[in-house]
Amino acid sequence: MKIIVCIKQVPDAKDVRLDPKTNTLSREGVQSIINPYDRHALEEAVRLKEKHGGTVIVLTMGPPQAAEILRESVSCGADEAVLVSDRAFAGADTLATTYTLSQAIKKIGGADLILCGKQAIDGDTAQVGPGLAVRMDIPYVTCIRRIVEASDKAFVVERLMDDGYDEVEVTLPALFTVVKEINEPRLPSLKGKMKAKKLAITTLTAADIDADTAQLGLKGSPTWVVKVFAPQLKGDRTMIEGTVQEQVDQLAEKLMEWC
Amino acid sequence: MLLIDIDACIGCGLCEANCAFDAIHVVDGIAEVNENCTLCGACVDSCEVGALKIEGIDREEKDDLSTWSGIWVYAEYRHGRIAPVTHELLGVGRKLADLKKVPLSAVLLTDKAGDVPAQLVSYGADKVYVVEDQTLAQFTDEAYGNALEDLARQYKPEVILAGATAIGRSFIPRVATSLKTGLTADCTQLDIQQEDGALLQTRPAFGGNIMATIASSKTRPQMATVRPLVMKANVPDPARQGEVIHCTIAPERLVSRVKVRNFVALEGDQVNLNEADIVVSGGRGLDGEKGFQLIAELAQLLDGAVAASRAAVDSGWMPYPHQVGQTGKTVSPKVYIACGISGAIQHLVGMQSSDTIVAINRDPHAPIFDVATYGVVGDVFEILPKLIEKIKQARSA
Ligand SMILES: Cc1cc2nc3c(=O)[nH]c(=O)nc-3n(C[C@H](O)[C@H](O)[C@H](O)COP(=O)(O)OP(=O)(O)OC[C@H]3O[C@@H](n4cnc5c(N)ncnc54)[C@H](O)[C@@H]3O)c2cc1C
Ligand SMILES: Nc1ncnc2c1ncn2[C@@H]1O[C@H](COP(=O)(O)O)[C@@H](O)[C@H]1O
Repeated sequence: MKIIVCIKQVPDAKDVRLDPKTNTLSREGVQSIINPYDRHALEEAVRLKEKHGGTVIVLTMGPPQAAEILRESVSCGADEAVLVSDRAFAGADTLATTYTLSQAIKKIGGADLILCGKQAIDGDTAQVGPGLAVRMDIPYVTCIRRIVEASDKAFVVERLMDDGYDEVEVTLPALFTVVKEINEPRLPSLKGKMKAKKLAITTLTAADIDADTAQLGLKGSPTWVVKVFAPQLKGDRTMIEGTVQEQVDQLAEKLMEWC
Repeated sequence: MLLIDIDACIGCGLCEANCAFDAIHVVDGIAEVNENCTLCGACVDSCEVGALKIEGIDREEKDDLSTWSGIWVYAEYRHGRIAPVTHELLGVGRKLADLKKVPLSAVLLTDKAGDVPAQLVSYGADKVYVVEDQTLAQFTDEAYGNALEDLARQYKPEVILAGATAIGRSFIPRVATSLKTGLTADCTQLDIQQEDGALLQTRPAFGGNIMATIASSKTRPQMATVRPLVMKANVPDPARQGEVIHCTIAPERLVSRVKVRNFVALEGDQVNLNEADIVVSGGRGLDGEKGFQLIAELAQLLDGAVAASRAAVDSGWMPYPHQVGQTGKTVSPKVYIACGISGAIQHLVGMQSSDTIVAINRDPHAPIFDVATYGVVGDVFEILPKLIEKIKQARSA
């Protein structure tokens, strides 16, 4: 089974904050990390490979330094890594991103299974997985929490819904997005680290993936950011003081007023 | 591309401070941009000397936009129930439609419509497009997506709104990608731009640390998913009149390569966390399943839902669907009661947009108090039982 895992490098959420007073960003030592959901996608791919055989390829579209997360993924069990990188991709929204990723996947010969995280923690859109599947014309299932059955031809998976979960059956090739409940990602192994060090990363440019430049980056993006601003903070907080009973009495009164 | 006028640049560093992506730096007194740039424009707005400019936003309009008109709301209907977010969408959709002086329509995809179209009209729809087909009995991305796509191509709405629910966030991207149009996820505010009537879509990014306003007005339809519980529903008016339009979709478009075999309802839940007005949430401070029994009791008393921090979920005290935060759910109820939760940023991003936040924690320095509306420093095992008792007493009195 050939599995492609789409991973994204994101700034760690806790580092990114807009100061509402000065409207400037405090991002002291912003750490770049693998999007947390994508770790679970990678782990699931590696487990499938261990059970059924095959190859796991990690794929990312991003700046040259995104190679770091590819190496980290190889140290956690991926076999090959592909970086799609070109200035022409800058400013891509999800529509342009799915175009670029789909062209890259076609270039590397497609896959039996594509795994994505549920969403990326910077943009929080959850749109790349479904959009990519549409571009590849393959079926997809979002927010899967468990693989129940797997074979070369078909999968049975549980997809998380707001009111419970659906058990669904799907033929391959297919794309899944995963939630973190699906597994506990492993830490890098020593062998993996060695492999990652020596790894040759395939880098693909816009020309390499035969891209129509009108569909790339800012040009290919129907959405654009008009402005960014700090969220309004709530009014000042009130501490409820007193003895335990006094605290409880005040709190109960408030709760009964609201609820 | 970001253009830097090196004669105008004074190297003040404001752009650097405003960049969320570490993409612009002052080097030798002049700003320099690197590959991290996403062209978000934050630096351009921050520059006080006008040295920065983004080139290439002159977007061409792809087709004649004026042929697209009207506001659409996808009416989510599952397991015999209209999702409450549908009513909220009809509320905000009504406002947008009135501003633009166009009709508001709801789209219902189901195997059995019953009186649902009439209900949608009572909440503000002028028209209801109904596709009734056996293949729509279960939600599948392909059948639902193709149906909505085909209707959009036929009737050409200028705006399509859907709930940012499991279903909306799953199949709406399919429709947007097929229509090659923009889609903004999880919006919390929608406005119409005065000058050109464009839909301005505001949403939290970076887990709520930053708000971004997004436009996609050069293509049609302009599409957005909207966070539940943020918009206000109108009071239903059973006397409202509307038109119900029954549509058929080509059978081959209703075929799905994904088959739903079975549905398992969330156990032990009275209230759906995403839709709850009141959420009672517990963390590691609850110290086990026993502690969560207190949370459940208070939640039930207040007609609320139960939530948990990741630490509590990882400890096995609550199942994952209850986890709130960066790798769990994002909720914005009227009241969020955080018990024994420290308030790590990964938790805060999932709940900080709640209307009122009550925090109970024995550590007065816990960061949860920074976002709290009301704070109680104390032991949850002392406070919660007394609180439950007090509310019960007051209710029975
Ligand atoms: C990539 C990533 C993603 C993450 N995603 C999430 C997420 O989605 N959701 C999430 O919640 N976390 C998430 N986390 C974890 C997060 O950083 C915190 O570890 C977690 O939220 C801590 O949970 P807690 O507040 O319950 O536990 P703790 O931090 O241990 O806090 C427990 C609190 O309870 C108080 N307390 C203890 N006993 C009592 C008592 N008897 N009475 C009153 N107060 C008491 C303590 O003072 C303390 O403040 C994520 C982390 C990472 C790295
Ligand atoms: N630039 C990218 N390169 C590779 N994969 C991506 C990229 N952006 C998003 N993805 C994948 O799509 C998922 C959803 O991202 P998003 O739609 O941005 O929330 C992520 O978890 C990744 O698996």
